[in-house]
Amino acid sequence: MNWVIENLPLIGQRTLEHLALSIPPIVLSFVLSVPLGWVANRYRLSRGVLLTVLGLLYAIPSLPLLIVLPIILGTGARDSINVVVALTLYGIALMVRTTSDALGSVSSDISQSATAMGFSPWTRFWKVDLPLAGPVLLAGIRVVAVSTVSLVTVGAVLGIKSLGLLFTDGLQRNIVAEVLAGMVATIALALLIDAALVLLGRLLMPWARATRTSSTRRSRLTAEAAAS
Amino acid sequence: MIEFRQVSKRFPDGTLAVEDFSLVIPSRKTTVFVGSSGCGKTTILRMINRMIDRTSGSIEIDGEDIVGLDKVKLRRRIGYVMQNSGLLPHRKVVDNVATVPLLNGVAKKEAHARALELLDTVGLDRSLANRYPSQLSGGQQQRVGVARGLAADPNILLMDEPFGAVDPLVRAELQHELIRLQRELDKTVVFVTHDIDEAFLLGDQVVILQKGGVIVQKGSPTEILTAPANDFVADFIGATKGKRALHIDRRDGRDVVLDSEGRAAGVLVEGSTGTGEEVPT
Repeated sequence: MNWVIENLPLIGQRTLEHLALSIPPIVLSFVLSVPLGWVANRYRLSRGVLLTVLGLLYAIPSLPLLIVLPIILGTGARDSINVVVALTLYGIALMVRTTSDALGSVSSDISQSATAMGFSPWTRFWKVDLPLAGPVLLAGIRVVAVSTVSLVTVGAVLGIKSLGLLFTDGLQRNIVAEVLAGMVATIALALLIDAALVLLGRLLMPWARATRTSSTRRSRLTAEAAAS
Repeated sequence: MIEFRQVSKRFPDGTLAVEDFSLVIPSRKTTVFVGSSGCGKTTILRMINRMIDRTSGSIEIDGEDIVGLDKVKLRRRIGYVMQNSGLLPHRKVVDNVATVPLLNGVAKKEAHARALELLDTVGLDRSLANRYPSQLSGGQQQRVGVARGLAADPNILLMDEPFGAVDPLVRAELQHELIRLQRELDKTVVFVTHDIDEAFLLGDQVVILQKGGVIVQKGSPTEILTAPANDFVADFIGATKGKRALHIDRRDGRDVVLDSEGRAAGVLVEGSTGTGEEVPT
């Protein structure tokens, strides 16, 4: 406990570094999954191939990936870009299937009526399909967020600064409190980001709480199935 | 006026949904397409706003072939009301009603003011304006759907079984509301239903369809009732039985109207001629 009190500034700094490494992959995997998920949902042929290939990304072990990426990207071994790229790939692996399912869950009645009103396909996507996919997308990005925060720690093995350094340092110097502090801070950070996403969802989708129709219940089930 | 000339529609899977369909839909009247499922009535309706494109033939609105028109712009000037309302669940009632004006670039404030007026028009309380569609009853949602269809003040209103999913009491209420609205607004209404009673109640022109969009008979409700074109029509409208085959029996000095089963349907009232319009039920 003494170690924690004496090293609060260090824990704080590592937490901020951890956050800085977590946010870009979460945002990037969300943004990149939208067009990929759209293609997967739109064209039946691409769906199987795309979702399988991207899903397999998640099977690549993280440590080797972090070692190989600098060679492919030409970055330094300790460059944080490696972590961001690797975690974005994992995020996409999780998120594309959810995005595709989310877009697929929008009721065809609503899509058709939007078309009949005179929404162009482009406007309809942004103003109808994507917002209505929102609750399922949120469920998906929450999984990505928690997974990302946890995976950032792996970079510590290569010396990339994050809360993970508290694990490696604590192990080497045999300070149990340091390892525990790293774990608690990582979990707390994950919970914090998760709570922020839920809050963001409520702000952006006030209708979702008012709407408890069978279609959203159905899509929620899809999201849970995709997330598990 | 909407004119179909030898219109056919073959879907990509090879089904011929509509074959050689020709019809003139007069302006400012209600035309009802009625028929069983799969007769092509919805396909015909959706060809008017090019939700479905015809395979051959031509469709003209006021003499202008719609094939040359931009689909999106065409749809914005044709009102559309469907079953299950099709309201956007993520938008408040007022935004739903204002959908088309907003798409057309009308300022939000102006569009909302007009939307509130339309809620009055369709008999909805303005306090519902800030609710989400899911917080409304089925009947209220359909009214919002009608208000949305009218928002851009279109000449043409397409209605695809709009009252099919609500309970009979609410349906009757909505039907009479539509009759009142039509009297006030004078739109060209094209209405699709599988309910012959609804067709006779609402239609100035009723078009009875068979599989493939084949017109079995068209005319005013009176014309069809008094002279069914064939056995199919007679059977479809139930001309030979129940409440459509009424006869008069004199009892206790009064003329009692009986149905085909001999059950009393009403009494004849002296001097009551109504408006001369057909009221079959």
